[in-house]
Parts: sequence; structure tokens; C-alpha cells
Amino acid sequence: MIQKLERKKMVITGDYAAAYGGMISGAEVVAAYPITPQTLIVEDFATFVNDGITDAEFIMVESEHSAMSACIAAQAAGARTFTATSSQGLALMHEMLFIAASLRLPIVMPVVNRTVAAPIGIWCEYNDSMPQRDTGWMQMSCEDNQEVLDMVIMSYKIAEHRDVLLPIMPCLDAFILSHTVEPVEAPSSDEVAQYLGKYEPVAKLDTENPMAIGTFAPPEYIQELRYHNHMAMENAKRVIREVTRDFARTFGHDYHGLIEEYRCDDADVVLITIGTVTGTAREVVDELRERGKKVGLVKLRFYRPFPREELQKIAERVGAIGVYDRAVSFGSGGPMFIETRHALYGHSIPIMNFLAGIGGRDVMKKDVEKMFEMLLEAKEGKTSKEIVWIGTRGVTP
Amino acid sequence: MNIKDLSDEILFTPGHTACAGCGAPPIVRNIMKIFGKDTIIYTPANCLLVFGGTYPYLAWKVPYFHEAFENTGACISGVARALRKQGKKTLVVGIAGDGGTYDIGIQALSGAAERNEDVIYICYDNEAYMNTGIQRSGSTPYGAATTTTPAGTKIPGKLDHKKDMAEIMRAHEVPYVATMSIAHQRDFLEKAKKARDVEGFRYLHIISPCPTGWRFDPSLTIEMSRKAVDSGMWTLFEAEYGEITNIYKPKKKIPVKEYLMGQGRFRHFTPEMVEELQRWVDHKWKRIYGEEP
Repeated sequence: MIQKLERKKMVITGDYAAAYGGMISGAEVVAAYPITPQTLIVEDFATFVNDGITDAEFIMVESEHSAMSACIAAQAAGARTFTATSSQGLALMHEMLFIAASLRLPIVMPVVNRTVAAPIGIWCEYNDSMPQRDTGWMQMSCEDNQEVLDMVIMSYKIAEHRDVLLPIMPCLDAFILSHTVEPVEAPSSDEVAQYLGKYEPVAKLDTENPMAIGTFAPPEYIQELRYHNHMAMENAKRVIREVTRDFARTFGHDYHGLIEEYRCDDADVVLITIGTVTGTAREVVDELRERGKKVGLVKLRFYRPFPREELQKIAERVGAIGVYDRAVSFGSGGPMFIETRHALYGHSIPIMNFLAGIGGRDVMKKDVEKMFEMLLEAKEGKTSKEIVWIGTRGVTP
Repeated sequence: MNIKDLSDEILFTPGHTACAGCGAPPIVRNIMKIFGKDTIIYTPANCLLVFGGTYPYLAWKVPYFHEAFENTGACISGVARALRKQGKKTLVVGIAGDGGTYDIGIQALSGAAERNEDVIYICYDNEAYMNTGIQRSGSTPYGAATTTTPAGTKIPGKLDHKKDMAEIMRAHEVPYVATMSIAHQRDFLEKAKKARDVEGFRYLHIISPCPTGWRFDPSLTIEMSRKAVDSGMWTLFEAEYGEITNIYKPKKKIPVKEYLMGQGRFRHFTPEMVEELQRWVDHKWKRIYGEEP
């Protein structure tokens, strides 16, 4: 139970938005361990508990591994759960992420994207969440603090959908969102309660109806489970599109499904971005449009499930596609670039990868301009470069 | 407690696939007679996980749950908190082996104990990683041959002594800590009952002889448990909030050699090694009973 909270406008950090989202969504058990820059989420939630705004059980565990373990257990016992982490903490959880997804437990965990050591760094990089690609979690990125709050609420709706039943990590950029205040509109607790309803697990640990969860299983059974997980992730695409439409009708904020297009309709080239760089790229698109360049932007919201169908439609009408990545799969390229190329197999247009902002370095308007400039060259066949490191000392883009 | 009055209901059923003479099934079957049907069981990776049920078969008649190896303390915490939120009084029990307790699971265990979670944590201690084929753990006694501490020509088995895990748990000052043996059945059942009825974090540590890993005749499991206690290799005690409230003192202390003799894992012992283990036992005896053995 939570206290009655009115609809209100707050000026809050991304971390507060994440914590508020978990609280107002009615998380019943929270197990978390603090790590910069996720710390504020844990602190804010502890304040909600200690001020009696929520009567959620808060387990202050001794590690992220235990945080995820306890959330899995609580969710298996029928509770709606919430946790949050970042960077090294997410890496420590890695083992348990597979188990959460394979037990089909709709856990919601905001991840504040931060560099994974070495060297130790605390700023924004996606080399913490993107390597979790194959754990079976849904993964998406937010552009601003409003999206963080809205997305945490929507995460429960998507994850708990009977055709999905998968855990989800809505991600937010370290410091750029986590520690930066922005005005955010919060719905009332009644509205959210009505929107989400009560969590009704398909199966749970219950002595009235004993069953086993997570038993030892031979090869005769595991392959089918993996298939069902795969299909659940495919189903999630439809559910995400439905949920964002429904959310827009209910709360007035439209996130357009798995991707959001910006001035793409008549674009010669488009750049795919993720996270807060999208805001910078929007301005650059407007400026280039004023100079007569027909450029567009695709804000990729979901990395898993990957919006294959949406990107294929865009590829049919543009001359070149660029993919911005804030992480690298060493020896291959940016993770989003690899996914995009896979999704667009068979399309003959140039697809370029721009690596920038690695380790939390600022991505400036001039960096994005450079990306569009190279994309326009690629469209004309003037460059055949594929993987381009922007703003790297000693490397010419 | 009258043993005759125990429930006939078997909540851990026959048909499981434990080795002949395994100490764990009688531990689990008997303890479940005390805990009863309103119990949820968690097991991490261990023999009991595998022999207790491989899908679609299961020996458990109560809800049963597994996540991973190192996190029993966290998993039972999560279940207990969810049930508290639902207003249920169900008993939540984790049953881990010595590897899952002394070694990889000690962090999550310590965290759950420090938070005084309302759960029972059981360590069934067979003194090595038996499930994966007898590798040494922090519980393996001095000199024992395991597959990772073989009795070699240069190094004769494990060089380090067994860690005193029950003492570590006692130092957490939790509501209840008890060490147990299935050879001492009344004591075993009374401690199980006490654990059931106490609120907060409860830690039960039970010696579980393993004929396969210790290499002894499977008909001698109960005798091995008794000799472990009579030699001082295993000590039965109870503690409440860190204070020892009850210690069982064997009527006659037997030399450690008598305990070692029937076990293949100690077959390579030289007189010096026997002496070293006796020295360790005597030191422990003096610490516990406050007198020379």
C-alpha cells in the first residue's frame, strides 16, 4: 500500500524519477545495494519507506548479486518487486539476470548506465547494460527524466503482460539524467493503480498449492523453455507498441513504441541515436534542415527486443543510415550497429557506425554534425568507411 | 518431546536418487516432520538439489525453489519478505551444503543473519563438494584426501583445518544457532522444534556423513555421526543471541584415530598427521568445555 499521492509537477533528478516510478507502481518488495550513480534511487526509496509513503518491504542486501537473488525470490513468492543498479553492480548481477528471465519473472530494474572498469570510471557508457543482451531481459533507454518516470510505470505494464512475462531494465544516462533535475509530471497514485492493476502471478510459491520453481532439468525440457523465452521477447514488440499507445491515451505522453522518428519522412539519411545524445541530435537535425540538408533522426528506445521491423521500413526510403554507439564490442563494432546491420541484411544502402561519448565523454553538436556530414558523403558514394571513432585522440574519423 | 508423537506424514518422499547411506535424506525427512506442510524450501546447488528431484520428478511435498549456488541467504530473505507482505506465517527454510555455506555462500548468509531475517538456514555438512565429485571445501578436515587435495607423494591431502562455521554464525548474535547430528535423534528433533518456534534468523548446522566422499561402508552413517561427536571432531551446542545455552558433552571421549580409521579419506594418515588432528581436537575441546581433554 502507498499513501494517496496527487497528480503533480516536480523538479527532480532521473534517479528520483526512477525511485518514484517504482514506488507509485506499487512495488511490494525492494532489494537493492547502492552504487554510484544509482545511489540516489536507493536513498530516495529508503526515504519513501521511512516516511511511510510506501509500506514496501525494503531489503538492504549486502551486494547486487543478493539484490537480484532476493528480488527473484520475492517475485517467485508472488510480490511485485523493484531494484536498481549500475555498472559493476550490474556485472556482479549477471549470473542472476539469466535466472530472472528464464523463470519468467517480470522484475523492473532501472539501470543507470555507467562505465565498467578498467579503468574505473563513473560516467555514462553502455558497456554495462549492453553486454546483458543475451540474458533474456528487455532493455530500453530513456532520453529525459519524464521518460524515466513514465517508462518505469510502463515497464510493469509490459513485463507483467501474459504474452511477455519477462524482466525489464529501463536505462538512464549516468549524471546527465541520474543527477540532473528536470521538471517532471507525475500521475496520481490512483491513476497508476488503476492503470497497472494488482500483480497476479501465473505461478508462485504457496503452501496451499505446492509447486517447484527452478528445479534441475535434463535436456528433454530446456530447449522448449528457451524457445518460449525467445517467442516472449518477440511478443514484447507488439505489447510495447500497444502499451505506449495506451499510455499516451491515458497519461498524455506518447513514446511511439520501440523507436521514435524525428523528421524522417523525406530524409536522405538518418542517424539512429540512443539515450540523451538524442536531444543534441534533434537540434543538429533542425539546424541542418535549415541549411537545406535532408537529414532525419531515429531515437532507438528498445535494444531488446530490437525494433527490426521498424528499422527495415525506414531503410526502404533513405539513402544511408548511421548508428551511434556509446559502447563497443571489441573486434566487431558498436552493439547497436551490429544489431542494425543484422536487421537490415539485404538492404544495399550504406550503414555506418559512429562511436562517441565512450567513458562518458561529452558528445557535442559538432560531433553529431560530423556524423551527418559523413552519412551524406556515404550516400553519394564518397566514403566507404564503416566504423568511425569520433573525437578520439590520434584517430582521424 | 515424544518421538512416538511425530507426524507420520512424509514431506520428503522415498524414490529420490541419493547414494546409499547418504546422511542428507534422513536429516531432511526428519526435520520436515517437525517443520510441517506450511513450509517453503529453498536449496542452492548441492547434492540435495539433484537427488531431491530432476524434472519432472520431485521428492518434495512442499513448495520448493532453486535459484543458484552462492545466494541462499538472499533467496530465503526475498521469499520471507514477500510472505510477510502477504500476512502469511509460512516457515521459510534454506538447506545448503558446506560449500554453499562456508565458501561461496558466506556473504549472503552473513547479510541475512545481520538483518535478522525471519528464516531458518540449514547447513548439511558433508565436508567437501560432494555433488561435483569430492572437491575440498572450507569445511574439509585437516589431512582429508579429496579430488582437489589428493593424498600425493609430496602433499598428503588438505593442509588446512576445518573452519568453525557455527562459531562464525554465533558471532552474528542471531536468535538461535544449533549444531546437530542424526545419531542424537532426540536432541536433533528438539533443536528442530526450537528453531521452528523461534522468530528471526535461525541457523542449524548438521554433520552429514557421506559414504561416497568419505569412503566408508554405507551402513555406518549413523555410527559415523556418533563417532564425530564422541571424538570431538563435531560438537553439539545451542546458542541464543550469541550466548551458548546448552552443550552436549560426550560421556566418553574417544581418540580421533577411532573416528578416522573407518574412512578412506584418512587412509594415508601418518602417526604425525593423526597427532596434528588430535592436537586440533584437543584445543577445540578445551576451548568449548574449559578443561583439558
